Amino acid sequence: MRLQYPTNVEIIRVPCTGRVDIIHLLKALEDGADGVYVAGCEEGDCHYLTGNLKARKRVVYVQKVLEDLGVEKERVAMYNLSAAQGPRFVEIAKEFTAIVTALGPSPFKKHRAKAA
Amino acid sequence: MIIAERKPIEEILAMVQDFKKILVVGCKGCVTVCNAGGVKEVGILASILRLAREKEDNPLTVDEHTLERQCDPEYIDQLDGLMSGYDAVLSMACSIGPQYIAARFPEARVFPALNTCFMGGALEHGVWAEFCQACGDCKIHLFGGLCPIARCSKSLLNGPCGGSSGGKCEIHKEVDCVWHLIVEKLMAQGKLDQLLEIRPLKDWSSSRDGGPRKIVREDLKI
Amino acid sequence: MKSGSNLEKVLTAGHFAVTGECGPPRSADDQVIRKKAQYLIGNVDSVNMTDNQTSVVRMSSLAGSLILQQEGLEANMQMVCRDRNRIAIQSDILGAYALGIRNLLCLSGDHQKFGDHPASKNVFDLDSMQLIQTVAMMRDERKLWSGQEMEEGTEPRLFIGAAVNPFADPFEFRVHRLAKKVAAGVDFVQTQCIYNMPKFKEYMKQAHDMGLTEKVHILAGITPMKSLGMARYMKNFVPGMDVPDEVIDRIKGVEKKGQAKAGLELAREQIQELREIPGVAGVHLMLIEWEERMPELVKEAGLLPRPVV
Repeated sequence: MRLQYPTNVEIIRVPCTGRVDIIHLLKALEDGADGVYVAGCEEGDCHYLTGNLKARKRVVYVQKVLEDLGVEKERVAMYNLSAAQGPRFVEIAKEFTAIVTALGPSPFKKHRAKAA
Repeated sequence: MIIAERKPIEEILAMVQDFKKILVVGCKGCVTVCNAGGVKEVGILASILRLAREKEDNPLTVDEHTLERQCDPEYIDQLDGLMSGYDAVLSMACSIGPQYIAARFPEARVFPALNTCFMGGALEHGVWAEFCQACGDCKIHLFGGLCPIARCSKSLLNGPCGGSSGGKCEIHKEVDCVWHLIVEKLMAQGKLDQLLEIRPLKDWSSSRDGGPRKIVREDLKI
Repeated sequence: MKSGSNLEKVLTAGHFAVTGECGPPRSADDQVIRKKAQYLIGNVDSVNMTDNQTSVVRMSSLAGSLILQQEGLEANMQMVCRDRNRIAIQSDILGAYALGIRNLLCLSGDHQKFGDHPASKNVFDLDSMQLIQTVAMMRDERKLWSGQEMEEGTEPRLFIGAAVNPFADPFEFRVHRLAKKVAAGVDFVQTQCIYNMPKFKEYMKQAHDMGLTEKVHILAGITPMKSLGMARYMKNFVPGMDVPDEVIDRIKGVEKKGQAKAGLELAREQIQELREIPGVAGVHLMLIEWEERMPELVKEAGLLPRPVV
């Protein structure tokens, strides 16, 4: 569709969001991401039936970890959309980017920032 | 199997707050099956600890290793040579693990990352319940295959008590009254006479009340 | 006579018995019991002294029972299985009898989760059935569980009581549970407080048909409602309690300051109804923290004077 979305969104493709596990979300934050979102199919439309439902639960788990650490849980989010929804994909990318920008840089890279 | 659960993050962070480099050791036994301390959970805990300390601007190096089990000396021996340079070791096995590690490596600072909760089994994926109290004198066949010692809040042998309501235990509406289940099952099997027998006092000396227990199999000793 | 207690004599002579209840203080103040006792003297045959009821720490039942007896009342000491092992239980039974206690109620005990010390360890070395057996064995066989024998005349001869709950589940098993307690050696039982009269009548019919009413004295429990709030609380939050909507509606229909009177009136009617049921040997009136209304309730229900046997 050649629609433009914010350049700071790095996409990692998976065959189904059910493949995304807790450790992947945590590693993203460890590696310096200011926010991580999981974009899965609409609930009820998962080709593997429950992959996107599992992904949501894992996102919730990591949101709780963030809360326990005193960090904004909005830095991790789950979105649902169909693969055909190009404009919605862009909308989500812009929306999440705005949210995380407002929150500021990740508190998990203070040390890294200093060393750099 | 043994069902355990990871301690709250704040508690674990407090345990390691003075350290700079730690080793997290998992176990491929029970705690892997109940998703508390296997390879996956070791990775998650290590990541969370790094993130938390990064936020405090007080970085923590966390290395990861998982043993077959932590309840046999030969597996603990495998840590030999791997332990140097660490300020502390965090064991993600049930509490037997950290005890074994602490005994084998007396100079090491060993901490339990899990709370060992009970002996039980899975009800469904992600849900486990208590089924056994290790009383050392199993009599479940007298109770329709159900254990009143572990599953009755009062360990009654001649239940139910007056607090059984709607099949649930008085302590919580999500706890089944095992005596309700025992009565229903035995009555359905036409075994009312078994229910009317007054069960005698339990000999608790085979349980933990009798002191720490030990089993010796002479035929297996080398 | 098994114990020679007043309660035993009244029941054995065939009178309709009346027992009351007294909760000890959450302090060492004996005056609390002595004051409550004044409302009960002459209005009951004996009085229950609760044992850390609902797992809330109070003055011990043994001490409370002794104080009641000092005031001229006969005590029904209570003992729960939650807090004591068989060693302490047998020991306390010996002590209680030595101090003049003659009636003992054997109970499981509410789980400590309900009380003010939920972190405590619980015991439950014995259950209430085995506790009844213990008291009966010490009295009739003069023995302890270890086999230790007591010389004739030195054994504790207590009148053995227990609690039954016709309203708990599973209902079909409740009367069998009573049969089991009878087989264990119980002399009298007090029921959980009754609001669902039809269900209670059904229970009594089953007990009668099984021949149990010949073997055990059944005292029907009554707790008058003080207010609509209390009625609702008991319906929704007290384990093993069965409060039908008709009872709630009866109190609800009355304005607030008339509710206590309506509750007492309902209790009086219940007592009348209970006297008609075959096998009901008496009533157990639980006016906890409301002891001052005991004299009027007992009088208006036609239960005075209490028999002297």
